[in-house]
Amino acid sequence: MKSIKEINEKIKKGQVVVVTAEEVIELVEKKGAKNAAQEVDVVTTGTFGPMCSSGAYFNIGHSKPRIKLGGGTCKLNDVPAYAGFAAVDIYLGVTAIPDDDPRNKVFPGEFKYGGGHVINEIVAGQDVRLEATAYGTDCYPRKKLETFINIKDLNEAVLFNIRNCYQNYNVAVNLSDKMIYTYMGALKPNLGNANYCSAGQLSPLLKDPYYKTIGIGTKIFLGGGIGFVAWHGTQHNPGVPRKSNGIPQAPAGTLAVIGDLKQMKPEWLVGTSMLGYGVSLTVGIGVPIPVLDEEIIKYAAAGDEEIYTQVVDYSANYPQCVPGSLGEVNYAQLKSGKIIVQGKAVATGNLSSYSKARQIAEELKSWIKKGDFVLTEAVAPLPGPESGYTFKLLKERPIV
Amino acid sequence: MVSKRIVLHFPQRLVNQPIVYKLVKEYDLQFNILKAYVTPQEEGLMVLELSGKKENFDKGIEYLESSGVKIQPLSQDVIRNEAKCTDCGVCVPICPTGALVVDPHTRKVHFYDNKCIACELCVKICPTRAMEVHF
Repeated sequence: MKSIKEINEKIKKGQVVVVTAEEVIELVEKKGAKNAAQEVDVVTTGTFGPMCSSGAYFNIGHSKPRIKLGGGTCKLNDVPAYAGFAAVDIYLGVTAIPDDDPRNKVFPGEFKYGGGHVINEIVAGQDVRLEATAYGTDCYPRKKLETFINIKDLNEAVLFNIRNCYQNYNVAVNLSDKMIYTYMGALKPNLGNANYCSAGQLSPLLKDPYYKTIGIGTKIFLGGGIGFVAWHGTQHNPGVPRKSNGIPQAPAGTLAVIGDLKQMKPEWLVGTSMLGYGVSLTVGIGVPIPVLDEEIIKYAAAGDEEIYTQVVDYSANYPQCVPGSLGEVNYAQLKSGKIIVQGKAVATGNLSSYSKARQIAEELKSWIKKGDFVLTEAVAPLPGPESGYTFKLLKERPIV
Repeated sequence: MVSKRIVLHFPQRLVNQPIVYKLVKEYDLQFNILKAYVTPQEEGLMVLELSGKKENFDKGIEYLESSGVKIQPLSQDVIRNEAKCTDCGVCVPICPTGALVVDPHTRKVHFYDNKCIACELCVKICPTRAMEVHF
């Protein structure tokens, strides 16, 4: 048994032992969980995939004379930002697109530029064009504002993502006889390909399946800088079926995360375009797992072949909310490049970069080893499987 | 001897013509069909590796052009912007010729442009638009 306090002492003294979520698998296999738990203090995880419920808020500073964007409109490089706050606070969501984007009018739409790309450019230190309108008040008389803004001049620039880091995700296939374009990528007809989106054995919540260490207040690698777990993410759904190793067999837990955009890096927040679907942001996240006991390292040592997920038809079942799986596969099978669905060998593609996830886990490891990153105690746990917390469909009620 | 990989676009009116047969019969050329896609009422596409004596090869190409087949040199017009690619691998199952492959150890995506037939399927489906067409 170790405490986070003891691990932090070791970090400060430069004596901490850190391994990545990949390295821990072999270590536990070789030395056993008991010995490995004594030897290792921290396991670092990583993931780098498109995460649509992301965005950033900004305080742009007051203009002279003053303007109240609240209740008005605001665009950043033509992409609409939410202005329903006080005078100069705005929030830009990553899926927002310019009003004149053709969308899916010519199908499949290309979705070349949107909120995700704007955030990438802001983080990269590029000037961004702000155009705003307001209705004008006695205290905020101005009605129009057009200016370049730059991250270095903003009072606050904060990445605040309300759902990231899905604990497991579906494998998407297409049973229909025509090509479909989804948030899981282009899916060729008649089981032409199978797309998945997870770092598997490197993915944060898959390595702490019962949220024993990851909770509200956990300090993390976020977009190349430092962030925190702010809450459980939207659609958090811990009660899905799990294997005997505790790992959910379908999309389950999620995280809401927050961090100072000013110290993040553009290579870890990349604007993303999904053909026929829309714009998103590919976000890099790494979560450290403190090895407090043998049980925690056992969970962290689960390999790709022990992590299972469901194959789902995105031509009819997913859009129509018809439950059902075409089969269960593990991440070792997915990574082999082929899985068998309905007796057919189907080529697989990942939307989530495994090599970048590995790079994040390595980078977080080096921060901890150098003493630059100490761990935090969670201030409150995330709802677990026993909480009864669940994810409901909308019950529509007609408006008469 | 010359051996080249070429992409042939057949207009709809030529889809029923025995074009490749003539390349063999009249110009003594060898061919290896790498990919063929012909749908009635649509354009046909064929990717060929064509080999033969230089003189015959040139005459064969001339014949194809004069019949109205559009010839496109293979690959080199599709390149990968290394700075944009995140090595996710979603392009891999989309590529019809296996020109995009995940390395099983590094999990990075390799682009073998000698295998590319410039179908450009990867160009628009790449989430970061790292695959670029250069004419």
